[in-house]
Amino acid sequence: MITLGDAIDEVINRRVRAISALLDARALPCIVDLVPAFASVAVQYDPALVDGDEADGSPYERLVNTLESLLADVQDNDLAVPRVVEIPVCYGGDLGPDLDDVARQHEMDVDEVVRIHTAGDYLVYMVGFMPGFAYLGGLAPELVTPRRSSPRTAVPAGAVGIGGQQTGVYPLVSPGGWNLIGRTPVRIFDASRENASLLETGDRVRFVSISRRDFESWSST
Amino acid sequence: MTLRIITGGLQTTVQDLGRPGRQRSGIPVCGAMDPFAHRVANMLVGNDDDAATLEASLLGPGITFDEPAVIALAGGDLSATISGNDVAPWHALTVPQGAMLRFGEARVGCRAYIAVAGGIDVAPVFGSRSTYLRAQFGGLEGRALRSGDVLNPGIPSPTAERITAALRASGTTAVGRWTVANSARPAYNDDPIVRVIPGAHHELLDDTSRERLVSSTFRVSSNSDRMGYRLSGVELSLRQPTELLSEAVAFGTIQLPPGGEPIVLMADHQTTGGYPRIGEVATVDLPLIAQLKPGDRLRFRLVSVEKAQQAYLAQERDLSMARAAIRLRYSRGTT
Repeated sequence: MITLGDAIDEVINRRVRAISALLDARALPCIVDLVPAFASVAVQYDPALVDGDEADGSPYERLVNTLESLLADVQDNDLAVPRVVEIPVCYGGDLGPDLDDVARQHEMDVDEVVRIHTAGDYLVYMVGFMPGFAYLGGLAPELVTPRRSSPRTAVPAGAVGIGGQQTGVYPLVSPGGWNLIGRTPVRIFDASRENASLLETGDRVRFVSISRRDFESWSST
Repeated sequence: MTLRIITGGLQTTVQDLGRPGRQRSGIPVCGAMDPFAHRVANMLVGNDDDAATLEASLLGPGITFDEPAVIALAGGDLSATISGNDVAPWHALTVPQGAMLRFGEARVGCRAYIAVAGGIDVAPVFGSRSTYLRAQFGGLEGRALRSGDVLNPGIPSPTAERITAALRASGTTAVGRWTVANSARPAYNDDPIVRVIPGAHHELLDDTSRERLVSSTFRVSSNSDRMGYRLSGVELSLRQPTELLSEAVAFGTIQLPPGGEPIVLMADHQTTGGYPRIGEVATVDLPLIAQLKPGDRLRFRLVSVEKAQQAYLAQERDLSMARAAIRLRYSRGTT
């Protein structure tokens, strides 16, 4: 585990992405998977495939040495320009059953909640926990809303919610305690696509409000 | 050759060594819960380690073979029989045309791997045939097998072809003599001592809890599955409540949720988690946990990363030698 900090911070997360990009490019044969997160990169490896022999230390020690020298010159200024992904959302109604409640808690009207939510510029800090689930940073402080006291047993795929300081989209049907303010017709995770997860670490996300009619016609295509 | 599923058993799934490489998209690795048994079953019939097998859990399936077949069983002893005769696990064997493989009580462990020469041929999803039950993809339609399912083997490797030819030549119910030495197999039992590397947050445990982690007997709760094993009977606590950022977890990570009862993450574990990681089960001992049933007990013993890796490398050497021996033997076309 390469740990780069203990905070949700764009600068730290840039470094996470730079290290992931560097290790992807080097493609060490012993590395089985890389798991970038908010402030760390996990390097999962096969000890039997680490270069060197026992005289140079355990596979762990040898890999740490290799990584330390590789990471000495990691640059985060040549990262790819982030993609901007627009996610259409039909807010409120039966697709966003908690929108009224969120508005009431913040003493604003529903349109104001939608305006603030769609004005946000959100960074995908990491994708994890379940297939395609993006941890987004950048929720406006005015919309920070505690999780529901009793979680739902089945939140539908595509549900857009707010849970504490986080906002995001449920990629699959799952239990969940977030306040559901809308739903997207876009498939956030689709195992039949080569890029199964719509969002990846480093993407910028914007939510775009669409009508119920647009939601229906999008869903049927 | 076709395998017909007569009864699905409790939870029989198609598994291989999983789909690492996509955890950054939140896609779990999945794969065999007991990778050692899965690999050995494949090795015995001449398949690559990553060929798909069937993982039977606790109550195995009933399967008929519409043509003569070569299979091997490895892992837990679920009282397998073919047409009523006991099956020797950890050996390749021939199944006569029309015969039925079935299972009885779980005598040792709870997961048996059924390898067929050529592997189980289902469409790979993200490079793997393993079943991910929660998101319903991989394997056969992303689900456990049930009555009426039909599976076919893939194209056998040259070694698998030679093993098949050699075993068939020695009769309709032949058993291959080669296996992996008993001493090289995990010591499956229902009260194992499992080696654990102290986790990133082991130091956050209070003194009593650190002592309890290695001195107590934990029980596998009934709320355990391919995602994780919940342990009960012992409560552990941190020196002080700690907020952690979500980070990667792995097969074998021991998490400590606020309730104080640890969870050992297993093959279908989520990719990231935010609970303290108090330990990481040594890879060589994952099969010991994978074979535990609800109600079974286990204890932990701390080891260093170095010791855990030495044990892993020794096991890999054993497996390489066994594989080489099998290939050599069957390159001469004898049993």
